[in-house]
Amino acid sequence: MKLLFEKSVPGTGGCYIPSCDVEEYTLDSSYLREKEAELPEISENELSRHYSALERRAYGVNDGFYPLGSCTMKYNPKINEVCAGLEGFTDIHPLQPLDTVQGCRKVLDLCAQYLCEITGMDAMTLAPAAGAHGEFTGMMLIKKYHEMRGDTKRTKVIVPDSSHGTNPATGTMNGFQVISIPSTPDGYVDLEALKAAADDETAGLMLTNPNTLGLFDRNICEITKIVHEAGGLCYYDGANMNPVMGIVRPGDMGFDCIHLNLHKTFSTPHGGGGPGAGAVGCKAFLQEYLPYDMDKTEHSAGKVRSFHGNFLVVVKALAYILFLGKEGIPEAAKMAVLNANYLKSLLSGTYTMAQSGFCMHEFVMTLEEEHKEKGFSALDIAKGLLDRGIHPPTMYFPLIVHEALMAEPTETESRQTLEEAANIFLEVYAEACADPESMHHKPEKTVIGRPDEVQAARKPVLRWNTEGIDDAV
Amino acid sequence: MGNYLSVNDTDRKLMLEKIGTSDLMELYHDVPADLILKEPLSLPEGKAEMQVRKFMRQLSAENKVYPVIFRGAGAYRHYIPAIVDQVASKETFLTAYTPYQPEISQGILQSIFEYQTMICELTGMDVSNATVYDGATAAAEAAAMCRDRRRNTVLVSEAADPEIIAVVKTYCWASGTKVVMVPASEGVTDITALKDLMNAETAAVLIQNPNYYGCLEHAEEIAEVTHNAKAKLIMSVHPIAAAILKTPREYGADIAVGEGQPLGMPLSYGGPYLGFMAATKEMMRKLPGRIVGETTDDRGNKAYVLTLQAREQHIRREKASSNICSNEALCALRAAVYMAAMGRKGIREAASQCVSKAHYLQKKLEEAGFARKYEGEFFHEFVTESPYPAAQVNAVLDKHDILGGLELPDGSILWCATECNTKEEIDRMISILKEELA
Repeated sequence: MKLLFEKSVPGTGGCYIPSCDVEEYTLDSSYLREKEAELPEISENELSRHYSALERRAYGVNDGFYPLGSCTMKYNPKINEVCAGLEGFTDIHPLQPLDTVQGCRKVLDLCAQYLCEITGMDAMTLAPAAGAHGEFTGMMLIKKYHEMRGDTKRTKVIVPDSSHGTNPATGTMNGFQVISIPSTPDGYVDLEALKAAADDETAGLMLTNPNTLGLFDRNICEITKIVHEAGGLCYYDGANMNPVMGIVRPGDMGFDCIHLNLHKTFSTPHGGGGPGAGAVGCKAFLQEYLPYDMDKTEHSAGKVRSFHGNFLVVVKALAYILFLGKEGIPEAAKMAVLNANYLKSLLSGTYTMAQSGFCMHEFVMTLEEEHKEKGFSALDIAKGLLDRGIHPPTMYFPLIVHEALMAEPTETESRQTLEEAANIFLEVYAEACADPESMHHKPEKTVIGRPDEVQAARKPVLRWNTEGIDDAV
Repeated sequence: MGNYLSVNDTDRKLMLEKIGTSDLMELYHDVPADLILKEPLSLPEGKAEMQVRKFMRQLSAENKVYPVIFRGAGAYRHYIPAIVDQVASKETFLTAYTPYQPEISQGILQSIFEYQTMICELTGMDVSNATVYDGATAAAEAAAMCRDRRRNTVLVSEAADPEIIAVVKTYCWASGTKVVMVPASEGVTDITALKDLMNAETAAVLIQNPNYYGCLEHAEEIAEVTHNAKAKLIMSVHPIAAAILKTPREYGADIAVGEGQPLGMPLSYGGPYLGFMAATKEMMRKLPGRIVGETTDDRGNKAYVLTLQAREQHIRREKASSNICSNEALCALRAAVYMAAMGRKGIREAASQCVSKAHYLQKKLEEAGFARKYEGEFFHEFVTESPYPAAQVNAVLDKHDILGGLELPDGSILWCATECNTKEEIDRMISILKEELA
C-alpha cells in the first residue's frame, strides 16, 4: 500500500485555519529553516481513505479474539471514550488555576482512592504514563527510602527469572544491580534461592504476581517476609492484577508498593501501543517520596512526567471502576480465571501445558517437543492462527519456557468464542502435524507474509525516501 | 450492577463442570486462605451506563472551559482538524495492542513509519522513534542516550521548561547521572557560563528552543561550544515552530526531542501527550522505544516491522538503557493525521500565524503598560513585567472567561498566542486590561 507521501498531490489539502487577521510579522531569515519540511499535500478525501485502508490492515480487540498473554486484551467499553471526550475534560489547560479544575482533581482523587482500596495501599500517584513507567516510579520510591535512611549499601534488586524484561531494565534505570533468581520446576519463586540472595545489600524484590506462568505464588507471604527480614522492600508488578482484583490485595500480602496497568486491568484501550497509565500505589511510610504533582514536596523523589500524567486515561479507568463497582470487580476477576481455565482445558491433551492444574488469568503452552520431533514451532502455530483470523498468544515468553505460547483470554469473552477459538487452535495443530513444512510459509491469507526481520535490522530503513543506514555508522 | 461479561449462569456452570470443579473459588487454591477478602471492597455499588455518564458529565462541569486562552508554558491550544478525532476514534486503531504480529498490523506499523518520516522532516534528523511518554521524558531519555562511564554529567539550561528540568533531574538522580544547571541571562542560556561548566565529563547539553520564556536561543553557538568539548547537544523544540524555524539538525543538534501535544492533541489537563525523539544516524542504536522499519516479506512485498529490537528491554533485560515498551502510539497517529491534514503549507501557515499573533499581542500589551522583560526574538511566547500584581490581572481576565498568561515565580507573566487567538480576542483583552485595571 502506498505511503501518504506517495499520494501527495501538490496544491491539494484542507483549509483549516482562516487567513491571518493581524499584521504579519516575519522573523529574521537567520532564524528560519532553509528547506520546507516535506509533509504530504493531500485532499481530505484521500487522507480519510488512507486511514480507512490502514485500519483494515490492522487488528484490534473489536475485530476478534485476542488472547495475548500478559496484555489483558479485554473489551474496551465505549462509555469510557464518551467520558474522556467531554469538553470539560479535553479543553482544560494543565496550568489552569486550581479553583477552575476541581472536576479534574476529583477524577484523580477518586480514582486514586478506589485503586488504593483495590490494592490495599495507602497512597497512589497517577503520574506514570505506562506500566514500565510505573515500575520506574515504584522502584524510585524504594531507592529514595534507603537513601533517606542513609542505607547506601543497598544496591541490589532481586528479580525472578520469569519476570517481564521491564523489571530488570527498571532496576538498571534506577542504578541498581539486578540479581536474577531461578524459579522452581513448578513455576514458583525458589525460596532457598531467595533466602540466599537476600542480604544487607538488597534494596528490594520486584515480583509479578500472579506470575507470567499464570500462577499465584502460594508462598507469597513467606516471600515478602524473607525480603523484609533482610531489610529490603517488596515491589508488586501489577501487570497481572486482573484475576485477583477484589479477591486479594497486594497490600495484605506484605508488599510495600505496586504499579497497575490501567490499560490492562482497568479496560482503557491500548491504542496500538499506548497511551496507557501506570498508577503507582504505596504504603504510608513511602508516601512522602511519591512524585509531586503541582507543588514540590520536601522528600519527593521527583516528577516522572510533566503536569498530571495521562489524565484522560484516568478518566476512562474511573468510568470503568464506577460501572463495575464493588460487585463487578471481583466478578470480572473470577470470570477471567474461569475463562482461562476453560480455554486451557479445551487445549490440554493436544497442546502441552508448561504447568498442569488450575491457572489464574493465563497459561503457557510449550511446543518444545514438537519443535524437536515434528519440525514445527510456536512461531509456526502463531502464524497459522493468523490465517484463521485470531490474534496469536504471546510468543516465546516467559523465557523460562521453551517454544512458549502464553494465552490470556480475559473475562469479556463468551463460552462460544472460547470454543470456536479452541477448535481453531486444534485444527492448526493438526495441520501442523500433518504437514509441518507447510507451516513455515504461514500466514498466507494476510496482507503480507512473514517479513524479513533480519534485513530490517541489518540496514535499517526507518523513514520514507531514504537509503538504508549502514551498520558501519 | 454492571459488567462486561459474555458468559451467563448456564454457561458458567457448564464451564466449571468441564474443568472439574463446582466452586469457582477453588481456582484460587494457591492463594493463602486468610488473605482472601471476607468483605466486599469499600467501593460504591456498580452503576448503569446512564449513571456513569451523568456522574462523569457532572465532574467535567466542575471544570472551567476557557473559550479564550493566552497561556502556553508547555501545553498549547492549536486548532485540531476534525479528521484527527475521526481517525483516532477508529476502533481498530483504538483497541489494538503494540504491533507484535506484523502480518496483521501493517496499518499501525505503516502509520508509525509515516509518523517517523514526518518527525524526521520537521526536525531535519535522520531517525525518529515511535514516541515516548511526553516532551519531558523524551528529554530525560535523550540524556540517558548520551551518558557513559567517562561522561556522566548533563548540563541543563535554566531557560528550559521547569517540567522538563524536573523530570530530567528525577531520571538522572535514579541512574546516578549528575545534573548541572546552566544559568539563563536575559531570558536565554548564558553561553559564557556554559563554557565555564563544560568539561571532560560533560555528556550532553540540553537546551530548549524556543525556550520556556519563548525566546530563540543562540543555538548555533551552543552547538559549537558543546561539540568542541565532544559532548552531545540535545535540543527540545516545539513541533509547529519547527515547520519554519531552523531545524535542530541545521543548528547541529545530535538529538531533537519535544512535546508533541501541539500536533493535534487537545489540552486534556496535561495528557495523554507524546514525546517525540529524533537523532542523527550515528545515535540510531541508542534511541529508546519502538522503531518501525521497512523490509520485504517472503512474497517479495514491501512490509513494515518493529525493528532494532536488540536495543529493547525484552531482549536486553538489565542491559537495556530504557525500560519503555508501551508508548503513545495513538497520539502518534493523531500527530501523523494532523501533520498530513495541515500539510506542508498548512503547518507553516499555523507557525507563521503564531509568530504574527504573538507579536501583535506583545505590541498591544506593551501599549497597555506590560513591558517586555527580555529582549531578543521570540516565537509565540514572551514574558512581560506586570504593572499590577499578576494574580489581579488574571482575576480580571477570568471574569471575562479569558485564561491570561502564566504568572512566573518572580511576578512576571508568560504570555502565549497561537493561530487560534483572533485579533478581536486580543483587542478585547487589551481593552479589559486598560479599563478594569486602571
